[in-house]
Amino acid sequence: MELTRRNAIAMGAGALLIAGLPIRVSAATEDAIVAFTGGAEVGAGDIKLTAPEIAENGNTVPIEVSSDTAAEIMLLATGNPTPGVATFKFGKLAGSRAASTRIRLAGTQDVVAIAKLDDGTFVQASSTVKVTIGGCGG
Amino acid sequence: MASGVKPRVKVPKKAAAGESITLKTLISHKMESGQRKDKAGNAIPRSIINRFTCDFNGENVVDVTMEPAISTNPYFEFAAVVPEAGEFKFTWYDDDGSVYEETKAIAIG
Repeated sequence: MELTRRNAIAMGAGALLIAGLPIRVSAATEDAIVAFTGGAEVGAGDIKLTAPEIAENGNTVPIEVSSDTAAEIMLLATGNPTPGVATFKFGKLAGSRAASTRIRLAGTQDVVAIAKLDDGTFVQASSTVKVTIGGCGG
Repeated sequence: MASGVKPRVKVPKKAAAGESITLKTLISHKMESGQRKDKAGNAIPRSIINRFTCDFNGENVVDVTMEPAISTNPYFEFAAVVPEAGEFKFTWYDDDGSVYEETKAIAIG
């Protein structure tokens, strides 16, 4: 194929489109993280996220989060159409700062848990889940 | 109100004072995400439970904000401390304004 002006423009537009897609997905996740942390730095530490390595059915993926000192834990699915999953706030009578639930995942992706600790700092953990059948319909 | 909504909660009948017990809750609900389409290609509107709370004698145990990524028939498992005999109150808030409630008494012994 000869590199004409028309071809060059078409290729450039295609490259932009491909490059643009992942940026958009992660931007939605970043927005959700900033909305939760208020822009504070997120470190690693006292948080544990238990998720299966391979989920056959993306409609019900069992997920467990725990953290000994968390006041709130937010769960995000970075590859879903909307990244938010759930936010747990632990009250005075919470027996442990842990909860488990079942979530939907659209496809293979990283699941991220961010905890706000009692001292106001943020920590995060993530886990990659391979999904055989996506759970967002179509 | 979404049809066929039925909460189910598992709470032990008795606990020692100050003991931490595990609670399991499940509510049957379609949790329509708003992403799916019907046969004609029209988007099915979102209809989910967006909040779940558990209280014991007026003190909060857990407060969960839920998004469409929570599965059909939302299930939660968590732990609560029981300082005295009393009643657990579980509340689910639907998108359409409905509130589903369930209470369970627990004794000390």
